[in-house]
Amino acid sequence: MSLTDKDKALIKGFFAKVSSKAVEIGHQTLARTIVVYPQTKVYFSHWKDLGPDSPNIRKHGYTVVKGVLDSVDLIDDLVGGLLELSELHAFRLRIDPANFKILNLNLVVVLGLMFPDDFTPQVHVSVDKYLALICLALCEKYR
Amino acid sequence: MVEWTDSERAIINGIFSNLDYEEIGRKSLCRCLIVYPWTQRYFGGFGNLYNAETILCNPLIAAHGTKILHGLDRALKNMDDIKNTYAELSLLHSDKLHVDPDNFRLLADCLTVVIAAKMGPAFTVDTQVAWQKFLSVVVSALGRQYH
Repeated sequence: MSLTDKDKALIKGFFAKVSSKAVEIGHQTLARTIVVYPQTKVYFSHWKDLGPDSPNIRKHGYTVVKGVLDSVDLIDDLVGGLLELSELHAFRLRIDPANFKILNLNLVVVLGLMFPDDFTPQVHVSVDKYLALICLALCEKYR
Repeated sequence: MVEWTDSERAIINGIFSNLDYEEIGRKSLCRCLIVYPWTQRYFGGFGNLYNAETILCNPLIAAHGTKILHGLDRALKNMDDIKNTYAELSLLHSDKLHVDPDNFRLLADCLTVVIAAKMGPAFTVDTQVAWQKFLSVVVSALGRQYH
């Protein structure tokens, strides 16, 4: 499921519109991931406050979503461009890749919620493909 | 048996009470067929599904989306026994329609995105928890009679 030129154009156009709200998108995405899928809390046991309004959730949500948005600059070679991040997730964080899909779903829900007119089905499918490719790139160094 | 808190019942009833079944049904099914095009395999007799634009204008798809929402309404009205309420529907999807049960989850995800888009900030984290719990019970019940 590789990205067509049309996919890339739709993704870049949509991300340009939403990037100014990255803090809110990140916060909502990670908060919903942790509350709706409580098993994901295991990766944050070093934080005392895991409530949806915790400053750690806010900050880390932004880190993750900014990574997703910024990776659009690497869209022609996500595997190569995300090698270091892949090593981080594989060797240090060791996050089960099933959780990437959970985060992706919550990101997509938040995008639909915050940008109901722009997150059309056509944009949704391109973004969904992009997120799936990011997952694959992050998994590159896992084994 | 699934246990529902008063709060969960209120949230789910609240979502349905403000829902335009035709609008949400149409949008959810269209989104599913566009975002997960392999789901189109079950709609061979539904006319033109050539691209996103034709799917979005297809009246047969729109009607079927409404039908799906009315099906969910049955689960809403029988929240304490969704499993048995859907026993026949599950057999239908398994034996007659031959739908891969993983596809129920895909449609459920699209329904969640469409409802989130409709409700905006009112689709709070707690609302999402209750809503996704409801959908996961529905999806599980629909897959139960597969053999």
